Amino acid sequence: MIRAQQVCKSFGTQQVLKGISLEVSRGEVMCLIGPSGSGKSTFLRCINHLERVNAGRLYIDGDLIGYREKGDKLYEMSPRDAARQRRDIGMVFQHFNLFPHRTALENIIEAPTQVKKVRKADAITRAKELLDRVGLADKADAYPAQLSGGQQQRVAIARALAMDPKLMLFDEPTSALDPELVGDVLAVMRELAASGMTMVVVTHEMGFAREVADQLVFMDAGVVVEAGNPREVLANPQQERTQVFLSRIL
Amino acid sequence: MSSLDPEKSTDAAAAPAAAAGSPTEPAPIKAVPLRRPGRWVAAIIIVILVVLFLYGAATNGAYQWKTYWDYLFDVRIFHGMLVTLELTVLAMVIGVVLGVTLAVMRLSPNPVLRSASWGYLWIFRGTPVYVQLLFWALFPSIYKVIELGIPFGGPHFTHWNIQQLQAAFLFATIGLGLNESAYMAEIVRAGINSVGEGQREASTALGMSWGQTMWRTVLPQSMRVIIPPTGNELISMLKTTSLVTAIPLTTDLYGVAQTISAVNFRPIPLLLVAATWYLVITSVLMIGQYYLERHYSRGVNRQLTARQLRALAETTAVTEAGK
Repeated sequence: MIRAQQVCKSFGTQQVLKGISLEVSRGEVMCLIGPSGSGKSTFLRCINHLERVNAGRLYIDGDLIGYREKGDKLYEMSPRDAARQRRDIGMVFQHFNLFPHRTALENIIEAPTQVKKVRKADAITRAKELLDRVGLADKADAYPAQLSGGQQQRVAIARALAMDPKLMLFDEPTSALDPELVGDVLAVMRELAASGMTMVVVTHEMGFAREVADQLVFMDAGVVVEAGNPREVLANPQQERTQVFLSRIL
Repeated sequence: MSSLDPEKSTDAAAAPAAAAGSPTEPAPIKAVPLRRPGRWVAAIIIVILVVLFLYGAATNGAYQWKTYWDYLFDVRIFHGMLVTLELTVLAMVIGVVLGVTLAVMRLSPNPVLRSASWGYLWIFRGTPVYVQLLFWALFPSIYKVIELGIPFGGPHFTHWNIQQLQAAFLFATIGLGLNESAYMAEIVRAGINSVGEGQREASTALGMSWGQTMWRTVLPQSMRVIIPPTGNELISMLKTTSLVTAIPLTTDLYGVAQTISAVNFRPIPLLLVAATWYLVITSVLMIGQYYLERHYSRGVNRQLTARQLRALAETTAVTEAGK
């Protein structure tokens, strides 16, 4: 489903991604781990074109992201087409980014009603189902400021799921949470993975990676250092950089 | 040995207090309040000065209080107030709409739009309002005729003779509105910038267009930062309308007060009448601003909104009835 070929990304003179190549199959869960500054969040944001790829190609289900290919030439994609590509990709942020001026329910129905032009009543029904799925059925009319961090993140997951995406991206979803609240969010992500969603998760939660991920990728300084089955990589890291990183975390 | 160790001394203090008072809490502190003589002295001086001023104003013949009361509810004054209010509202509407446009242009990735907006702000904030109004008054003599058509010799579709229009009110509104839009643009830009980048990213990631992101996500949140200075601008505009005497437009509150005093040679009480009504309207606007700010503070803190409190009351009533 996701095919990255030598993806490069620079911010000004600093090159953050130096040729990332990897593949994610449909229904697979891939965890990206690595030290801060390794480029994992940047790569994640390239997948839904929040950041522009400078070199290399990124395909989702055969569609090139961010550009249109005609023969040899690449054409910049119009904002409208880029927005259409993003409809099928859900994203969950480290700092939740819920709309503070809308209730939890209104947050979830915002995108379906505005972007997909779904009827409000249908969107509300679906939103209530999603809130129930993440365990927050009674918080439909609460504002984000009235919810705990874990609850906000679960609403954020429901908001992303409301668009029926084929791919979910998670950018360090539990890094901003108190340790007691992390478990609730991971439980929702576990259930999502079990239901067959394709997920790319940037995380420091090794327990989650070991149990739920199908592929673990370790990135450092803009390159993929090691990739493979999470249990194997965590138990027997082949590369020295991986060993150093894991020895600090585990 | 003095009690250098803070933990030891508080333990020593807490233990006997716990033993002396109730077993769970220490006795409440009853300290003698601090004397603040400075405050009393200042308060007395101010009260004396205010009383002296009021007494002086009440007995000073120059204020001509009888004339003041005669004209306070004069029907011409009320008509003047209506004109002032019309000018204020129209100028603010133009100012806000044009201001939002200019602010969005300032934030545009298009360099031509950005520069055009900057140039407009530079000119309209860099010259006095009075001078701008004088310019608008002279507009008909600079541009005697306006034609809509193809430039440089082509055919034209419509033709307006500006010099013949008696458009003092129109030019007053345009002059005030365009000037206000320059200040509103900066207020709106500050408001838009105050909304965190994460909000824009979340909307974009959900597939919303730039326009939808601005209109549905960013601008509503920017209102909280925009409303207080905008309320200030509205209150200020109410008084700035008195400058339309430059056009000259004399049907506003100040103009009417001036006209009356030119006939009865009593400027002081008439100006006080005008000042009184400006003050009354400003006070009403301040109340309106309070409610507007409250509406746009939804979701900012944890307090339950009125609607949520009502829902809570209803559910408790239902569960009470069910018992």
